[in-house]
Amino acid sequence: MPSYKAPLDDVLFLINDVFPLDGYNHLDAFAEVTPELAGAVLTEAARITEEAFAPLNATGDRQGCRRDSAGSVRTPEGFAEAYGAFVKGGWVGLATPPDYGGQGLPYTFAAIVNEFASSANMALAMYPGLTQGAIAAILLHGTAEQKALYLPPMVSGAWTGTMNLTEPQCGTDLGLIRTKAERKGDGTYAITGTKIFISAGEHDLAGNIVHLVLARVEGAPSGTKGLSLFIVPKFMAANGGVRGARNRVSCGSIEDKMGIHGNATCVMNYEGATGWLLGEENRGLNAMFTMMNEARLGVGIQGLALSEVAYQNAATYARERLQGRALTGAAFPAQAADPIIVHPDVRRTLLSIKAFNAAARALVVWTSLKADVARQATDEAERQAAEDHLGLLTPVIKGVLTDIGFDNTVKAQQMFGGHGYIVETGVEQFVRDARIAMLYEGANGIQAIDLVGRKLPRDAGRAMLAFFAEVSGFLKENAAHDGVQPYVAGMKTALDHLQDASMWFMRNALGKPDNAGAGSTDYMHLFGLVALGYMSLRIAKAAADKLAAARAANDDSATGPMEARLTTTRFFMERMLPETAVRLNRVTAGAEGIMAMPAEMF
Amino acid sequence: MKLLVCVKRVVDFNVKIRVKPDGSGVELANIKMSMNPFDEIAVEEAVRLKEQGKVTEIVAVSIGPQQAGETIRTALAMGADRGILVKTDATVEPLAVAKILAKVVEQEKPDLVIMGKQAIDDDANQTGQMLAALLGWPQGTFAFKVAVGEGSIDVTREVDGGLQTVGLKLPAIVTTDLRLNEPRYASLPNIMKAKKKPLDETSPETLGIDVSPRLKVIKTVEPGGRKAGVKVGSVAELVQKLKVEAGVL
Ligand SMILES: Cc1cc2nc3c(=O)[nH]c(=O)nc-3n(C[C@H](O)[C@H](O)[C@H](O)COP(=O)(O)OP(=O)(O)OC[C@H]3O[C@@H](n4cnc5c(N)ncnc54)[C@H](O)[C@@H]3O)c2cc1C
Ligand SMILES: Cc1cc2nc3c(=O)[nH]c(=O)nc-3n(C[C@H](O)[C@H](O)[C@H](O)COP(=O)(O)OP(=O)(O)OC[C@H]3O[C@@H](n4cnc5c(N)ncnc54)[C@H](O)[C@@H]3O)c2cc1C
Repeated sequence: MPSYKAPLDDVLFLINDVFPLDGYNHLDAFAEVTPELAGAVLTEAARITEEAFAPLNATGDRQGCRRDSAGSVRTPEGFAEAYGAFVKGGWVGLATPPDYGGQGLPYTFAAIVNEFASSANMALAMYPGLTQGAIAAILLHGTAEQKALYLPPMVSGAWTGTMNLTEPQCGTDLGLIRTKAERKGDGTYAITGTKIFISAGEHDLAGNIVHLVLARVEGAPSGTKGLSLFIVPKFMAANGGVRGARNRVSCGSIEDKMGIHGNATCVMNYEGATGWLLGEENRGLNAMFTMMNEARLGVGIQGLALSEVAYQNAATYARERLQGRALTGAAFPAQAADPIIVHPDVRRTLLSIKAFNAAARALVVWTSLKADVARQATDEAERQAAEDHLGLLTPVIKGVLTDIGFDNTVKAQQMFGGHGYIVETGVEQFVRDARIAMLYEGANGIQAIDLVGRKLPRDAGRAMLAFFAEVSGFLKENAAHDGVQPYVAGMKTALDHLQDASMWFMRNALGKPDNAGAGSTDYMHLFGLVALGYMSLRIAKAAADKLAAARAANDDSATGPMEARLTTTRFFMERMLPETAVRLNRVTAGAEGIMAMPAEMF
Repeated sequence: MKLLVCVKRVVDFNVKIRVKPDGSGVELANIKMSMNPFDEIAVEEAVRLKEQGKVTEIVAVSIGPQQAGETIRTALAMGADRGILVKTDATVEPLAVAKILAKVVEQEKPDLVIMGKQAIDDDANQTGQMLAALLGWPQGTFAFKVAVGEGSIDVTREVDGGLQTVGLKLPAIVTTDLRLNEPRYASLPNIMKAKKKPLDETSPETLGIDVSPRLKVIKTVEPGGRKAGVKVGSVAELVQKLKVEAGVL
């Protein structure tokens, strides 16, 4: 049975030493936040996810969800109790405003708790996760009545939420949506159509399910410009969290799928269901987009979360599994063999996951803090800069963290040898669960296109240029810093590669969009390497400072973890960052060689 | 009715304990510390009594370094009303702790004190009993169930032979066993509220208690590794070995 310990020390190091939270005191959400409060909140989050979520991960995978002939869906045993504990603790409303019963704490905390919960049990964590997404949409676009009606029971977790975009003929290309909405004359709409792959569409964890549905009002333009967003509750809602008559929406079937078995993926049939317009007619996609950044960030976090839990178990196994001898001679002559952690190739593998996890977690925290600024800053320049950062880094985090997160679950599985292929060991589940994050909330190929096609050129490259300026500014400022100095040259080269690739697109992709499409995935990963490299250096800087302080105070106990952080950064810089050169070469190879192949010859 | 609950900051139960190289004790630096699990049960019981309307105020006390304040905050987040930190960096032995608690009891005048039967760091299982003796109060140790009456309390105790119920006159001391209840997770709103609850600080010196150790630790060693077992051929052989070699029958 795999185990999970939330990486509390790493998280606290990030929010206390790398990105100190007192720099955010001017935002409402941080008004009451102190290191002690952050510690207390995250310690309890660690506890509930470790103790209530993690033990149900493997059993939930084996049991899956079951749908009965009447269309009700039962979640795996224990899910209702664990979800109940999460709700009772007030965790669903962690970062929602107190007006609707939330705690009004930073979004950054919610992102961190999301990592813990997804590592412990991704399938279960998705139920409150989707609710948080739906809450965000209603908060931004709902009328006062809609907010009063739906938010309190959703923020408490008594009701859950869903996102209904996908249809059989329409996944990436939302312009193909057919679900229709007819005006009923009383301000409501009759929604008719079939949605597929709807996560948490039907289940037994909550008293009501609030579906947010993209549909086309009769007579609306075709394509994405004719889409509107609707609130379609399973049971009609009355104030005070009271539920009324059953709406004409039902779960037609649930999918039998590769992973996240504990999360019901539903076909949802709308048969003239009553819907309420959320936001404006024909502005539905806009309404979806405003919460897209945070939702995509959430999926990126799933990639990190699975990489982390897979790593923890692989590292434990590597310390215990006796196989072979150290190349330099037996490390433990008294035993039949040495633990495989002595082998350089095993260490290389483990360190590549560890270095990614540390940097990716920093990238998530840094970007989540920007999301907090974008939500709450009153200074327009500051808010805009944060918004720019969020827009630019979101596709990078979604695409890169889930691509590499998945690769890392496979690497972790490899550490178990043949045992990793056996279900009982539990690591193969991480591989299966991690796979979906590369697909939903915009397949990763689409993230890359979003980055290259929309985010780079937007506002004459303002966001991109600000990012480059921040990284080069940091390198200049810290050129002589103990923790950073050894890597300044390497990091500069990587940043040059990214700038060269960006320039190449400017020159070669504007008239020839295939050049952008052919290079986008490599570019996204090139961007990811630079962003993760920068994070590794921020970590190294803070770690070197703490190490010096610990040495000055003769505090031996604090030196070990800081030295380990420096060693981790070293690995990233020596063995991961150099990949930027390959990525740049691929980008500048252009589209010709790819487009030359006739479709029938594939 | 006022209730005092005692909470100790100890090495987290998940941490693998390591002995210091010089054998002077166990490694505590940079180790995850948490509330003693038996004390969590004590806090939970106190909060349940308050929720039942039997208790009006819960005061959480901890004796230890500054960071023991965090342990008190945890108790406050679970539902205690205010805290008292008796701050000391010295090693405090059960007798010293009992004396400090007796002093706090004298000042606070609670009707009931609930504490863990032991702390999982040194497993002494003495403090509650010593406190009862110092105060001259009745004690119900190893509590499995408690029922508060009018000026009295029934404590069902876990004893070797099963369960035993004792009726005590209040004020009294109760020490908790593992099965008394299952402690709750602190809720987020309560974690936030805990920040604003009063936490007073005092010290053994202010209370006039001498905490100098009465015991001398000679050596701390890791438990020996588990030895290989033997297979026995028959029940008779097993009984024989238990009698002669193990000496347990
Ligand atoms: C378990 C699970 C849960 C899900 N949960 C939800 C949910 O809660 N709500 C919801 O609405 N949907 C949900 N989905 C649907 C998911 O978001 C879609 O599967 C996803 O958007 C991809 O759409 P598709 O499957 O139709 O793939 P397609 O759009 O057919 O894409 C197939 C491939 O072609 C590529 N591709 C497509 N168009 C382009 C293009 N223009 N340029 C380059 N490449 C392109 C894609 O990158 C992809 O690799 C879920 C799916 C699954 C499997
Ligand atoms: C489905 C399945 C079918 C199989 N079929 C057969 C079969 O028909 N016959 C049969 O005999 N076996 C079979 N096997 C066993 C398979 O060959 C072994 O699992 C494989 O040899 C790895 O051994 P292991 O599982 O003990 O992993 P380990 O040897 O414990 O390896 C664990 C990890 O440590 C690394 N490692 C180990 N030693 C060193 C070293 N010295 N230096 C660097 N790295 C090291 C490995 O690369 C691996 O990543 C099968 C296994 C499976 C899962």
